[in-house]
Amino acid sequence: MALTKERIKEKLTEKFGEQLTDWQEPYGLLTCTAPKDFNLKVLQFLFDDDELQFRFLSDLQAVHYPDNAGAELAVVYHLHNLVDNIRLRLKVFTSVLQPDVYSATALYQSANFMERETYDFYGVNFVGHPNLKRILNVDEMDYFPMRKEFPLEDQTRIDKDDDMFGR
Amino acid sequence: MSEHITLPEGSIEKHTNTLNLGPTHPATHGVFQNILEMDGERIRKAESTVGYIHRAFEKIAERRPLYQITPLTDRLNYCSSPLNNMGWHLTCEKLLGIQIPKRVQYLRVIIMELARIADHLICNSIIGVDAGAYTGFLYVMQFRELIYEIWEEVCGSRLTTNIGRIGGFERNFTNTAFEKLEKFLHPKTGYPAQLAEFERLFTRNRIFMDRTIGCGAISAERALNYGFTGPNLRAAGVDYDVRVHEPYSGYQDFDFSVPVGKTGDCYDRYLVRNEEMWQSLKILNQAYEKVKEFKGAEAEVFHADSPAYYLPPKKDVYTKMEALIYHFKIIMGETEMPVGEVYNAIEAANGELGFYLISDGGRTPYRLHFRRPCFIYYQAYPELIKGSMLSDAIITMSSLNLIAGELDA
Repeated sequence: MALTKERIKEKLTEKFGEQLTDWQEPYGLLTCTAPKDFNLKVLQFLFDDDELQFRFLSDLQAVHYPDNAGAELAVVYHLHNLVDNIRLRLKVFTSVLQPDVYSATALYQSANFMERETYDFYGVNFVGHPNLKRILNVDEMDYFPMRKEFPLEDQTRIDKDDDMFGR
Repeated sequence: MSEHITLPEGSIEKHTNTLNLGPTHPATHGVFQNILEMDGERIRKAESTVGYIHRAFEKIAERRPLYQITPLTDRLNYCSSPLNNMGWHLTCEKLLGIQIPKRVQYLRVIIMELARIADHLICNSIIGVDAGAYTGFLYVMQFRELIYEIWEEVCGSRLTTNIGRIGGFERNFTNTAFEKLEKFLHPKTGYPAQLAEFERLFTRNRIFMDRTIGCGAISAERALNYGFTGPNLRAAGVDYDVRVHEPYSGYQDFDFSVPVGKTGDCYDRYLVRNEEMWQSLKILNQAYEKVKEFKGAEAEVFHADSPAYYLPPKKDVYTKMEALIYHFKIIMGETEMPVGEVYNAIEAANGELGFYLISDGGRTPYRLHFRRPCFIYYQAYPELIKGSMLSDAIITMSSLNLIAGELDA
């Protein structure tokens, strides 16, 4: 029997009860939110369970919601069960002041670079990551550029004198 | 050599040397830095540094309306820009709920499969170049030129194509475009004949086999754990192909098979890519036949009916009120998107190219993330080359088809 979304939801609710919240299906992709201390437990369960078998981490990234006080940063995992060909999105919210989230590198080697990228742009501190340092930006950078408090430069500004680039 | 030479303790040969391979080494085809710890010719340890051409696409995209993001996707995997463009259009269409006519889907399949061939032929012939066989590269290169001519005919540009629009194409394919496609697909004088010639040069070549078999191998389990997708994963023996698993753009209407390898080494990656080119040719022939079946008014369909997102023809802008309004709104980026979050994946030349788009109902994405297959499988590179010779590391890198633009976003 192929795995269905209902069955995934049922199994996860059975295991974690009320911990997993905000079940949704935007554009047909099952989505749920886990408390931030639980992310690794949920991922481990999804990985180990013989029926669920979410053993492929497609994507991992963060989103910044500055208005969401106390849970400004969301870390989003896109998991894929390649046997039954079904995807799952797991979100973990954390505060921007103490953005500690457990690292998934022990389960998925592929999380290594993706978590470094997330740290680089959003400053999410992945606890247990073997080599958490900047990856795409320069090491000396002291801010996290993808956060919403850093807007892109106003293209119509006139105070900048830069003959080289014609502005 | 019959006699085994033992070196005295503390001899210079016993020490490892640090070698800086890159960032601008001519053999790495892009800006990659690897700090290698070498024991003679053997690699003991490698550390990769990436990010030399990071251009902050994700940040820039947060300020741009959807149609202005297409040129950013060009510059991810620039060997097959149309695939990225199409992936992006499909993501937008999924968010906006636009239904695409069959003919447009098949035209897109033609463009996408041409892009896949253009990408694979570069990758495979570059393995040859890195192994010291330049001829094959020149053999297939002239056919990439033919592919570029088709793109030029369809959209006007060659490398960074910005091909298509949300909802379809900017104009219908001309007869010249189809003639060029026919020329490319011709079994005697076109690409099939040249690909067969290319295979005769390489596939059973003793030197090539000795250089690539067993080089940079990875098991299926490790490859999955490292997040491999595309030809590199299939070479390890996992038949995961987004075109089959989650068909998009009408791929379910085509008859093609998914080649898989066994050992996941450079030779298998080469074989899988070669076979995929044959499969792409098969799809191209089918798609062209299907496109030819549309007659009369149906043969004029080249975009979906979605006036709010698809630019109206210039003639209508000057004569019709409604077209003028839509034209203005689209150009000024004043069209609001529905609220939602979409993850859409396509099978790009290197694997699963995913777009994670969050819209808060504004005019620009709230958040856009590109899942770049290169970036994810590149982290396996130190493991792949550990214990191998330096020259094998170079071949492994070219057979993984690392594209710096895709790696660094």
